[in-house]
Amino acid sequence: MSKLKLATVWLDGCSGCHMSILDMDERLLAIAEVVDIVYSPIVDTKDYPDAVDIALVEGAVASVDDERKIRKIRAHTKLLVAMGDCAITGNVPSMRNPIGPQAILDRAYIENASAQPQIPCVVVPQLLRVVRPIHEFVKVDVFLPGCPPSADTFHAALTALATGVPLDIPALTRFGA
Amino acid sequence: MSQTITIDPVTRLEGHGKITIQLNGEGEVEDAHFHVTQVRGFEKFAEGRPFYEMPSLMARICGICPVSHLIASARACEAIMSVRIPRTAAQLRRMLNLAQMVQSHALSFFYLASPDLLLGMESDPAARHIFGVVAAKPELGRAGIGLRRFGQHIIELLGKKRIHPGWVVPGGVTEPLEASKRDEILAMLPEAYANIQLALAAYKQIADTFRHEIEVFANFQSNYMSLINEDESIEFTVGALRVIDSSGNILEDGILADGFSDLIGEAVEPYSYTKFAYLKSLGYPAGSYRVGPLARLNIAKTMGTPLAEKELAEFKQLASGPVQSSFHYHHARLIEILYGIEKIELILADPLILDKHVRAFAGVNRLEGAGQAEAPRGTLNHHYKVDENGLITWANLVIATGQNNNAMNRGVLQAARHYVKDGKFTEGALNRVEAVIRTFDPCLSCSTHAFGQMPLVLTLLSHNGEVVDRVIR
Ligand code: SF4
Repeated sequence: MSKLKLATVWLDGCSGCHMSILDMDERLLAIAEVVDIVYSPIVDTKDYPDAVDIALVEGAVASVDDERKIRKIRAHTKLLVAMGDCAITGNVPSMRNPIGPQAILDRAYIENASAQPQIPCVVVPQLLRVVRPIHEFVKVDVFLPGCPPSADTFHAALTALATGVPLDIPALTRFGA
Repeated sequence: MSQTITIDPVTRLEGHGKITIQLNGEGEVEDAHFHVTQVRGFEKFAEGRPFYEMPSLMARICGICPVSHLIASARACEAIMSVRIPRTAAQLRRMLNLAQMVQSHALSFFYLASPDLLLGMESDPAARHIFGVVAAKPELGRAGIGLRRFGQHIIELLGKKRIHPGWVVPGGVTEPLEASKRDEILAMLPEAYANIQLALAAYKQIADTFRHEIEVFANFQSNYMSLINEDESIEFTVGALRVIDSSGNILEDGILADGFSDLIGEAVEPYSYTKFAYLKSLGYPAGSYRVGPLARLNIAKTMGTPLAEKELAEFKQLASGPVQSSFHYHHARLIEILYGIEKIELILADPLILDKHVRAFAGVNRLEGAGQAEAPRGTLNHHYKVDENGLITWANLVIATGQNNNAMNRGVLQAARHYVKDGKFTEGALNRVEAVIRTFDPCLSCSTHAFGQMPLVLTLLSHNGEVVDRVIR
């Protein structure tokens, strides 16, 4: 049997969910025996592959880039996992929603700048007006809450997903865990 | 026809970054930029929230170095409360910060950079990752995983959670250290020592084969800044800031957190969401400086621990003054890991380390406060203002990556000029340009209080900017 293709993606998150995946430590090596990590911040693939079996997506959708990415990921992925509270509820990144992107940009790049105040606009992507969780853009197959979900949660969930055993998520993790 | 090479995303990096390289009609590199492509707005949405929430909120800026944010934030809150935290709490926080430094450096060196260093800059990109390293060099790959686990496990023992522990609070920490946990950490030390000694020996063996990279990986004169103790030993959690110039002369010294904003300004460039920090006295960009492991070892006169002390002496032999090539960040990182393990052992030997007094309580006694710490990748400053009720009215955060931003951009240009010739380049050449960024270990989630990634696209533009051709790597 060929190995399952796994992708891990960062949208607007803090990387804590990715770090928690790495917190599986040596167990990662066993996971890598049964899945191929085809796309992730820790490998060198630049373009999202065509047929991914499982994608773990961290973070909320906050910029036009994020939105483009999540649509592409959905189109090329069998099972999409929203990992962590930011992906599922918007969590910390969505705290800017009542304020709006303009005030955020003004504070960072105009008020709190002492030289060349200006809003960056070259190459960098435009922010969405509202930060929203992934399922408001595309269908999500599995929700794995936690800030971040623990390494044990990832280990149990990936093992179950790889072997087709049903997942009992409430037994594994909770929001804010 | 001019042409732009885009490396997108820069991989094996902590966050969303792109590199663009502009070629002129002759195919010579004209300019190059490192773009950080997300922004989150912590400085603004913190407003209106109680100051004592800040550490656990600000930790969510970054899952890689949440501890440094916890500590800088708690120290800013303690300035607002006007308290000095109990000595044991200070020692415990120091240990926590060192544990994080060890795990984050292990991540940077082994998971992100070592595929280039141990497998080769030109090695097969499909296997250029930590699993490729474990397959090719099992002992070293496992040493890296072990060192990261060592740091993360200490954080979990102290703070009950590996990422975003709620243990660090304004006033100190929530719970004292139990004897059983101290003993568990002590028992982990021998393996950690063995792992870092193995890595240091392996690094020194191969360092010479990177002579060419050392010459062009952000190898130039600059100023440096880091925390340092009064006895001129390296420090991550307390101490004061020192700034030196490219010859090692002291430009600024004894700077505490509340003096930071007089010293450091931030400039904005249109192509990045990460700002560019500079010394106000020298202006922008002349006042640019580097932070992080290279800066810390250039500034420290002593490590204060025996094994790391020997390594520091050897490191200083690399140059007659400050070590200038950013390639040496890797070496500096390994030395700091060794120091971290030794220092954790020393802290655990403190007779008061199990003391029960670990938290001071107070309300608002000042309307403004700042706190600083060394994150693994460099100096971090949190600065808050509050109202009488302790609600945040203003916040500014200056983060390591912003302070290295100018050097990263100069370094990318320097390497691009070297590796891209006559408009021609190989995959390995572009990987080297990315590897310049990896030496700095920038935390892009931190730097814009942000993050992400995308495909590498080579876009050919005509002189009037029209897209003529696109190649996806
Ligand atoms: S859920 Fe928590 S750990 Fe995960 S990205 Fe969001 S803030 Fe970070």
